Amino acid sequence: MINFYNVTKIYPNGVKGLNDVSLTIQKGEFVFLVGPSGAGKTSLIKILFREELPTRGQVLFYGKNISRLKGREIPYLRRKIGMVFQDFRLLPQKTVFENVAFAMEVTGASKKNIRYRVPEVLEWVGLKDKAKVLPSQLSGGEQQRVSIARAIVNSPMVIIADEPTGNLDPETSWELMKLFGEINKTGTTVIMVTHAREIVDSMKRRVIALYEGRINRDEEGGVYCNEL
Amino acid sequence: MSFNTLTYYWREAFASIFRNSWLSIASVGTVAVSLLILGFFSLLVVNANNFTRDLESGLEIRAFLKDGQSKDSIKKIKSEIDKISGISMAEFIPKEQALEEMKKSFGNRKEVLEGLQNDNPLPDGFRVRVSQADQIPVLAGKLSAIAGVDQVVYGHGLVERLVTATKWVRLAGVAILVFLCIAAIFLISTTTRMSVFARRKEIGIMILLGATNWFVRFPYILEGMILGFVGAVFAASAVYVGYISLSAYLEQSLPFVQPITDQETILTVLGGIMGMGLLIGAIGSSFSIRKFLKI
Repeated sequence: MINFYNVTKIYPNGVKGLNDVSLTIQKGEFVFLVGPSGAGKTSLIKILFREELPTRGQVLFYGKNISRLKGREIPYLRRKIGMVFQDFRLLPQKTVFENVAFAMEVTGASKKNIRYRVPEVLEWVGLKDKAKVLPSQLSGGEQQRVSIARAIVNSPMVIIADEPTGNLDPETSWELMKLFGEINKTGTTVIMVTHAREIVDSMKRRVIALYEGRINRDEEGGVYCNEL
Repeated sequence: MSFNTLTYYWREAFASIFRNSWLSIASVGTVAVSLLILGFFSLLVVNANNFTRDLESGLEIRAFLKDGQSKDSIKKIKSEIDKISGISMAEFIPKEQALEEMKKSFGNRKEVLEGLQNDNPLPDGFRVRVSQADQIPVLAGKLSAIAGVDQVVYGHGLVERLVTATKWVRLAGVAILVFLCIAAIFLISTTTRMSVFARRKEIGIMILLGATNWFVRFPYILEGMILGFVGAVFAASAVYVGYISLSAYLEQSLPFVQPITDQETILTVLGGIMGMGLLIGAIGSSFSIRKFLKI
């Protein structure tokens, strides 16, 4: 469970990223974060990932106050959150297998566990045959599948996807959405920032719309934008 | 820390050493040169200390007598010397013995003194030992006041100068060492900074995946330590070989110089070089990684 209590984020240059935002995301929810650029979506994610600290307010991640984490505790918070980015952020000189395995290596997992778990996850995202291929030899959709595999390989509690389909064609986007839907079915919370209107509208999930740092709208089974 | 993580650290460290091989060689070279100079300076200081101590313990006053003293007057002078308080021992050295001693100190070059046997220019004299070294100037003055004493010589000024010189050698040594260490640290930090910079994206992803700071940092610190250690091994070998041959040469050609040759002292210095190599490497690389970990 994630709780934001009156969270305000003001950057050193005076820009307000978030303005008194309070929200709760339950375990196992699928949430779309929508809004124009500069609305505060990225600030919200960065605070949740403890890349930034809120100026005011409290954020609880499964009961733990994120602002009070000590420096050495931060990596362990991040291991509970799987991140997926628009630009994939894969290591170009490592193979698909190695990219996914890297997420496990970082946590000090044993070779045995890695050899068992990585193929399992790759099969799950449909890239079993491409394990030895470099990311540059894959299509954008496939690269994003690798990054999804990397995000879930350590079985995180929450997946945060920052415009995961931003660089992909609609058909590929749909396939990836199905994947995120399946991840969500296993009980993993999914928070997705997106501008893909059709996807949001047809998925009928909870939509949180941000505007100028405030929550403009928060509804179950919502649509991308209902005023226009 | 699992075995897997340990192999990861070593693999990464060696990978980046070989990736920037020229810079690695330059760092090893700088460390080696710095530690080489450090090693020789330490040995110089150790030797100078030893030399000073030897000289101080052997400190004595030589009171030379006017030529042609009779045995009686020599006895009289001896009894007057014995009367002065603060003098622990006075020994008469006839000119023949003085010449013998001089020959001894010349070692295998004593031929230069051949021929002086029959026409010995050295005067008779007393060798006087004192109980306290700082009393030497006062006692020397008293000795020279005795009738029949021609000249009083003591090594006090020499020792003082030697102590001052040792102090300066030590001070200059420390200054040069600090400077060289900074240079070595700087170069190591540049080397690791290159590998850190080349992989900043990877580091960003590691942090994203929940790597601890130590997990990110350790391969680079290990890299620095390996470079520092390899440099130190070169330096230590060079210092050892150089010092052994130099001290052998000095013993041969300058018999009155006694360089320290006991293994324990030399090994301590060599061990210090190795330790400094590791330390310099670790410090240099931790500097370069620091700013990349602020996420």
